[in-house]
Amino acid sequence: MARFNSDIPTKGGFSFDLCQRNEMLLKKGVQLPSFRKTGTTIVGLVFQDGVILGADTRATEGPIVADKNCEKIHYMAPNIYCCGAGTAADTEAVTDMVSSQLQLHRYATGRESRVITALTLLKSHLFSYQGHVSAALVLGGVDVTGPHLHTVYPHGSTDTLPFATMGSGSLAAMAVFESNFKEGLTRDEGIKLVSEAICSGIFNDLGSGSNVDVCVITKGHTEYLRNHLLPNPRTYVSSRGYSFVKGHTEVLTTKITPLKSKALTTEVDAMEE
Amino acid sequence: MDLDLNAPHSMGTTIIGVTYDGGVVLGADSRTSTGMYVANRASDKITQLTDNVYICRSGSAADSQVISDYVRYFLHQHTIQLGQPATVKVAANLVRLLSYQNKNMLQMGVIIGGWDKYEGGQIFSVPLGGTILKQPFAIGGSGSSYLYGFFDQAWKEGMSKDEAEKLVVKAVSLAIARDGASGGVVRTVIINADGVTKNFYSGDSLPLWHEELEPQNSLLDILSSSSPEPMST
Repeated sequence: MARFNSDIPTKGGFSFDLCQRNEMLLKKGVQLPSFRKTGTTIVGLVFQDGVILGADTRATEGPIVADKNCEKIHYMAPNIYCCGAGTAADTEAVTDMVSSQLQLHRYATGRESRVITALTLLKSHLFSYQGHVSAALVLGGVDVTGPHLHTVYPHGSTDTLPFATMGSGSLAAMAVFESNFKEGLTRDEGIKLVSEAICSGIFNDLGSGSNVDVCVITKGHTEYLRNHLLPNPRTYVSSRGYSFVKGHTEVLTTKITPLKSKALTTEVDAMEE
Repeated sequence: MDLDLNAPHSMGTTIIGVTYDGGVVLGADSRTSTGMYVANRASDKITQLTDNVYICRSGSAADSQVISDYVRYFLHQHTIQLGQPATVKVAANLVRLLSYQNKNMLQMGVIIGGWDKYEGGQIFSVPLGGTILKQPFAIGGSGSSYLYGFFDQAWKEGMSKDEAEKLVVKAVSLAIARDGASGGVVRTVIINADGVTKNFYSGDSLPLWHEELEPQNSLLDILSSSSPEPMST
């Protein structure tokens, strides 16, 4: 390839080398692989002792359910958790990255992380990518300044709210919240309301489904209730289940090939420093 | 119209800044929309830059939040270096510089208002593109289209603090009545020599304007009551 000049140093940024090939493939009729999105219903609310986050567990790849029981409530810090909607890879990557940054910050400051720190790190990262990192997040936690709940949008804008919903099922969940939310809920009332809102998303939104995950964050203590509710169990036509006894399937031909095991022994020197 | 929940967050908005004898009154609605869905019905669009300067934000929520954060940071450093509170003119010009130099990438229109000991209450408007305009009053956002005529008629020099605040609340509620992208509550911030006062007017305390319906408890009440007069040409 006489065109390629090895003197030019590789610069950062997007590499457009494969664009022509992709265009050619598109013309031939090969479809681009679709992104795995978390269709999603994610919610958060502030109750009397702290914050409760909730999420469904369905991950979709176009019309197919790619993961029936994925985890959408991501760990950020012992006192901060983050629900993620949008492209699964983006939410996973951005929450992991900010979680690491928070840990380094904890080592440097010697203090518990604050929710607003996580918020600023997330919003500056997402803003600098101008919405191309498709991560819509519900960030919640309790720190020395009290309980906090924020929503972060892919373009980098944030809102601070007492209750919030995001994702394709956000309208269904918000309807439940707007009807039943009040200030100063107890822990059980809060968990019940969050579960109701997620169930509303699961049953009314095609992009959300399977189970309900809940995370309760209070001062000094966090409870991650994985699969708190399982309203979509696997059902079988026969209640006795199925047994596949030998003799059910007709054998047409049998061929047995013995695999000879070869063991080679060679003299080797012991490892030395 | 399909609900596009991935649309960038924008603040349809009505924002107003008005000077009065002794200070300024800033006002805004509280609706943040994502396409046709109201993402936040109680947002606070009047953000603090310093103790004595506030900014009303409209346009892209992300862009205006990030610019406000940068300007707050620069003003904080400037205050430390200067040894006294920053002036409203400096704050407005910092916003203008960022807005003008990044005009290709930003989509926001803002109104900066505050009080300083040199010039008193001042209002600066920094619309799309990064112009800076010092004005006795300024309006911005999608709802402002409905207020140009109103202000031409109702604005006068030398109002008192209460007159100015009443004017702002009336104006925002008029814009909310006509603009789909504005709604929620009316927030006002009054800045003068004595400090900052923040007020909140909930949706149901605002007056209803021409042909807006009274909220009804039951459909049966609406059906049994006489129908409203049809609009005449």
